[in-house]
Order: sequence, then C-alpha cells, then structure tokens
Amino acid sequence: MAPETLAFYAFGAVAVVASLLVIAQRNPIYSVLLLIASFGALSGLYVLLDAPFVAVIQIIVYAGAIMVLFLFVVMLLNAPHEETEYDERVHPLLRPGPMRFGALLALVLAGELSWALTRSGDSGRFPAGAVASVRAIGRSLFTDYAFPFEVTSILILVAMVGAVLLARREGRG
Amino acid sequence: MVPLNYYLVLSAMLFAIGTAGVFVRRNLITILLSIEIMLNAVNLTFVAFGRALGSADGQIIVFFVMTVAAAEAAVGLAIVIGLFRHRESLNPDSWTALKW
Amino acid sequence: MPPGISTSDFYYILPELVLTAGALVVLIADVLLPRERRSALSWVTLAAVGATLASLLPFTSTHVEVAHGLLAVDRFALFFKIVFLVAAAITVLMSVRYLAIEGASPGEYYFLILCATLGMMVMAGGIDLITIFIGLETMAVSFYILAGFIKPNQRSNEAAVKYFLLGAFSLGILLYGMSLMYGLSGTTNLRVMATSFGAMAGDSRLALAVILVVAGVGFKIAAVPFHMWAPDVYEGAPTPVTAFLSVGSKAASFAMLIRIFVEGLPSASEDWRLLFWVLSIATMTVGNFAAVTQTNVKRMLAYSSIAHAGYVLIGIVAGTSRGITATLVYLMVYSFMQLGAFAVVVMLRRADVVGDELKDFSGLASRNPFAAFAMLLFMLSLGGIPPTAGFMGKFWLFSAAIDAHYYWLALIGVLNSAVSLYYYIRIVVFMYVKKETLGSEPTTSPTLAVVLAVAVAATLVLGVYPQLLFNVAAASARTLGAAGATAALR
Repeated sequence: MAPETLAFYAFGAVAVVASLLVIAQRNPIYSVLLLIASFGALSGLYVLLDAPFVAVIQIIVYAGAIMVLFLFVVMLLNAPHEETEYDERVHPLLRPGPMRFGALLALVLAGELSWALTRSGDSGRFPAGAVASVRAIGRSLFTDYAFPFEVTSILILVAMVGAVLLARREGRG
Repeated sequence: MVPLNYYLVLSAMLFAIGTAGVFVRRNLITILLSIEIMLNAVNLTFVAFGRALGSADGQIIVFFVMTVAAAEAAVGLAIVIGLFRHRESLNPDSWTALKW
Repeated sequence: MPPGISTSDFYYILPELVLTAGALVVLIADVLLPRERRSALSWVTLAAVGATLASLLPFTSTHVEVAHGLLAVDRFALFFKIVFLVAAAITVLMSVRYLAIEGASPGEYYFLILCATLGMMVMAGGIDLITIFIGLETMAVSFYILAGFIKPNQRSNEAAVKYFLLGAFSLGILLYGMSLMYGLSGTTNLRVMATSFGAMAGDSRLALAVILVVAGVGFKIAAVPFHMWAPDVYEGAPTPVTAFLSVGSKAASFAMLIRIFVEGLPSASEDWRLLFWVLSIATMTVGNFAAVTQTNVKRMLAYSSIAHAGYVLIGIVAGTSRGITATLVYLMVYSFMQLGAFAVVVMLRRADVVGDELKDFSGLASRNPFAAFAMLLFMLSLGGIPPTAGFMGKFWLFSAAIDAHYYWLALIGVLNSAVSLYYYIRIVVFMYVKKETLGSEPTTSPTLAVVLAVAVAATLVLGVYPQLLFNVAAASARTLGAAGATAALR
C-alpha cells in the first residue's frame, strides 16, 4: 500500500472515530477535545488534497479559535453533564423516539450518500498537477470574490455586536 | 493518489455522524459540535471537488464556510450563555415556556 | 490583473453601500447619543431605509452582472429589494412603541434590522452560490440575535436558541447540497451551472444535490416538514421581529429559491417540481389545520404564515413565467397584510399585558374601531376574500397552476383557503361580536397609525387595481436568466 493511501486511511479513521466519540460523549469537555482531534485529522486530509492553506487555517481558525471558544464556554458554564432518564446500557437503537430516529437517519444518510456519490464512473481520479497555491487563493479572494469577502466583514460585525449584546449581563440600559 | 470517491464517502460518513448527533444528543453544546462536524464534512467535499476540478474555488468556498462557522459559533454560544442564565440546564427537554 | 471591485461595480452596488453606511451610522450614533435621546435612532434608521430606496431609482431598468458575475442587478432583484426595504421601514415604525415598552436599547436593534435587510438584498441579487449563502448568513445571524433581543424574557431566549439550532442545522444541509452542485458542475455561478447541468438530467448525484438543497431551503421558508421551528420562534420573538421574520426572511428565501432552482437547475426541474409539489400540499394543509386549533394569535399567524409559504410554492411548482410572476405578486401582497396584522398585535402590547392571546382581541371593535377594521381587512385578505389584495394574489397563483396543468394543486389550494377562513373569521368574531372587554385601551401611537394606514391602503389598492403590480412583477420575472434570456422559463 502506498504511503499516501495509508495516510488517507489513518487520517480518515481518526476523523470518523473521533467524530463518533464526540456524539457518544455525555461530558461536553471530552466532546470538544475529541472534535479538535477530528479536525486535526481533517487537516491532514487537506494536506493530502494539496490544500496546505485550508490545512493551516483548519488548525488555526477551527481547532485554535472556534474550539477554544467552545471549551471556554463549557468551562464557564461549569461543564453541565447531560441529564438522562434512560438506562445507559440499553442499545442506542432501542432508546426513545428521537434517538432511534437519529441513529436510523444517520445510517440511511451515510448509505444513500455513499451510494449516490460513487456512482460516477469517470471522475474517480484526480488530475495531476494543478495545485492551488496560497498566492492564487489570495489573489482570487481579493479580486473575483471581493464582493462576498466584503459582505463577510458585515457578517462578522453582526456576530460581534450580537455576541456582546447577548452575553453581557443586564445592568446597562 | 487516493481517488475522489474515497473522500466523498468519508465526508458522507462525517456528515451522517453530525446529523445523527443533532438528533441523538440532548445537550446544546454537543448539538452545536455536531453541526460543526456537518460543516466540516461540507468543507472536505468542497476541497476534494476543488482538487478534482483543479481549481482554487473549492478552497475559497471553504474559507467562507469557516468564516460563517466562526460567526455562528460566537452568536450561538452567546445565546447558550444567555439561556443558561435563565435556567441552569442545557437540556432542550427542560424548556417549558414554549412548546417544542 | 483585474481589480477586486471596479468603479462601475461600486456604482451598481450603491444601494447596498448606502444601507451599510446607514447601519454603521446607527451603530455609532448609539454610542454618541445620550441615553434619553436614543429614540431618535428610529428616524436615522428610517432615513437610511429611505435613502436606500431612493438609491434604487437609477437601476429600474438595469440588467447587468457585476462583481465578477457574482451579483445580478436586474428587475428581479429590484422587486425583492423594494419588498425588503418597505418591510424594514414598516418594521421600524412598528418597533418604536414596542422597544419603549420593553425597555430595550434601540441602537443594536436597528443596526441588526438594517444588516438583516442587507443580507436579504445580497440574497436576492446573488447569482452565485457564495454570494447567496453569505447573504443568507448575514440575514440569519442578525435574526438569531433579534429573536433573543428581549433578554429578560424567557420566551424570547428560547426562541433564539431554537431558531439558531435549526437555522445552523439547515445551513449544514444546504451547504452540503451546494457542495455537490459545485462538484458536479465545476462552478459556483448559477448561470454557468445551468448550462453544464444541461447534459446531466437524471443523474443520481444531481438528484441528491437537489434533494439536499430543497431540504435546506425548505427550512428557511418554513415548509412542512421543515417547519417545526416556526411557531415557537414566531411566538417567542419580539413581535416586530416576528413580523419582519415572517415577511422579509420568507421573501428573501423565496428569492434565493427562485435563483437557485429556476436559474441554476432548470435541467433538473422535473425533480424539484415534484418535490415542491409535495411540499406545497403538505405545507398548505398542515399549516391551515394547525392554525385552526391555536388560541395565541402570534402562533396562529405563524401557522398561517406557514400555510402561505405553501400557496407561494404553487407558483414555483408551475414554474412558468406566469407562475413566477404570481409568486412575486403574492409575496408583495402578503408582506402588507402580514405586517399589518402584526402591527395590530403590537398595539395590544402593554406594559402589563402581552396581548397576543385571542381573548385580548375580544371587543376590540368598541375599544378601537380603526384597529379592528384594519385587522378585519387583513384577515379577509389573508383568507383571500375579494376585493382585497389577498384575493388577487391567490387568484393569480391558482390560475398559474391551472395554466400549467396542475389542477389538483389548484384545487387543494382553494380548499385550503376555505379552511383558513375559519380561523381568520374567528378573530373577527372576537373583535366584533364578543362584548366583554378584558384589557384596557390598546396603545396607539402616530407611528403605529401610519403602519396601519399604509398596510390598509396597500391591501385595498392592490386589491382593486392589481394590474400595475402584476405588470411590474411580470417584467421582473422576465429578467431571470442570463442576459435577458428566458430560457429558464417555459
């Protein structure tokens, strides 16, 4: 097996297993930490896909900023464990309504998506070369996509105002 | 090189895991994390397709998706903090003011 | 090396720039003004909306693609921009009194209203997946915050959480569908996409992309079975926000829907027509039958709003030029009657009374005849009784369906309208027949009177002289598709 294929399977396995554990946890702190592991594995996959820029911002922005924000909030709220009224040892598919539905839905979804997506005969292989450099991405971002980029700044401003507004304690009028 | 379809199947699996998490979990934080998993599956699809098409567009969309994810996470967590002040619980079943 | 945004681009995005500047002025003025004078911010906001409306004037017959083909400045976008801005102006007028009663700070509120409007305008103009989804998120994030704006109120809080969770979830689904659209076509531009999908009709992956995007959009327009967030959010959010949400957000989502499906996916129209046919019938029926059992007026209006999304989908299913025209007409007409109805609910809000229960309406005719008459008119219009605008809107929707040979759809639409009359008339009965007056006088203010007068006038005028609106909408629908080509429409 080629080293690249091996790396794909390793990263893919870490991403899937860590993600599964994220939703299997009842302690949100573990969930957040496991998700960071999953994001790290995805970052490795981006390197395999010749996308170093995305790989780096995946670590810096996702794992570094967004997940730390999550961790911060979990700790601020004193890590509330999930309350459950059902027996934890019961098999997931036998648990009450939404759980059964969710598990079933996920299985159907995974099967259906995989089936539909792999029915193409032709586009299975990547073309050689054609690596998008950071330079090319930056140039494209500030020329072709300058308009949505500017709208994004408003979006961030809205999020900032909103976060301050909603999270601050009452006291100011 | 690993074929495109492998990446697509992997992202489909991640997307399904995220979707399942939204339904299975009864904790707001974990539900938000599940939505992040879904968005990451989307990102993987975009990058894989972008690579297959030999264009930078896929990565640029990922840049935008990440921006949106960051904005949503900030607002979402602020809303969660606000809710937690009202009630010391993050279990959606404990909300009573509105019928779910 | 092409520059990012050229000078001509700046000219074409003038309305968006004016609106953004207005939003920033509001945000800064909030800090600079002393607290007791902050109520003046509503006039600044109105001025910003008015200036944006005025800045649309040079573009009444423009038909170009700007910003590297990411944004279309055409009559279709113009029509929706007018709907959004009028809805925003009415919402601001409605909010003045409401914010004073709730004791909420107006600065951030108006800033967010303007930013949500900006997002809608970007959505309506977007002919590229990236533009559309950034616009969508700007609008959605603003609304998440607005829904939870009244922080001491637990209902407002829960509304924000529910709206946020389902909004973020639906975004994931929508984006996954978009990623497949991108991967299959190799482009994010909807008009280029339409050409490259031409040869792909019947491909299972394309069908999958269509299903995912329909589900994602379905959440945004609150179509059954993706509607479960709407009643809770509509009931819990501050009433003016609910009004804007049910009108602006819905219209913007329909604009996005038309851009994506009619412009980008005409080759898969068999697939999405069928899906929307099912959604339309389910949405009308579930919305109307659920509304019948409600005792809270805001919740009832929420289900009624769901049902109306079902009616509007009829025009999309028809998919003809007439169908799209009827959709545009109905969205405009619906805006006025829905905003008007919510304005009456706002009037009943007092410091000690929430005023959104059915019993709060009892005897309203004797307490405030004008408000009761206005509400009567909005209810008749929502129910589709002539000579109101709602009748003309429904008439065109149903005739477009018959025209496109969707007889069952039209029939079910008519039957649903009949069902809906039951709960609309019930409010009228409470206002005019019930004599026991529970609450005290409804609050009146000059701004609310203006809102009611405008909504009443629009509902009546568009009902009696509908041809003008129809012609404008028809001209707008014709500009869909690249360079004036109407290939997208049968």
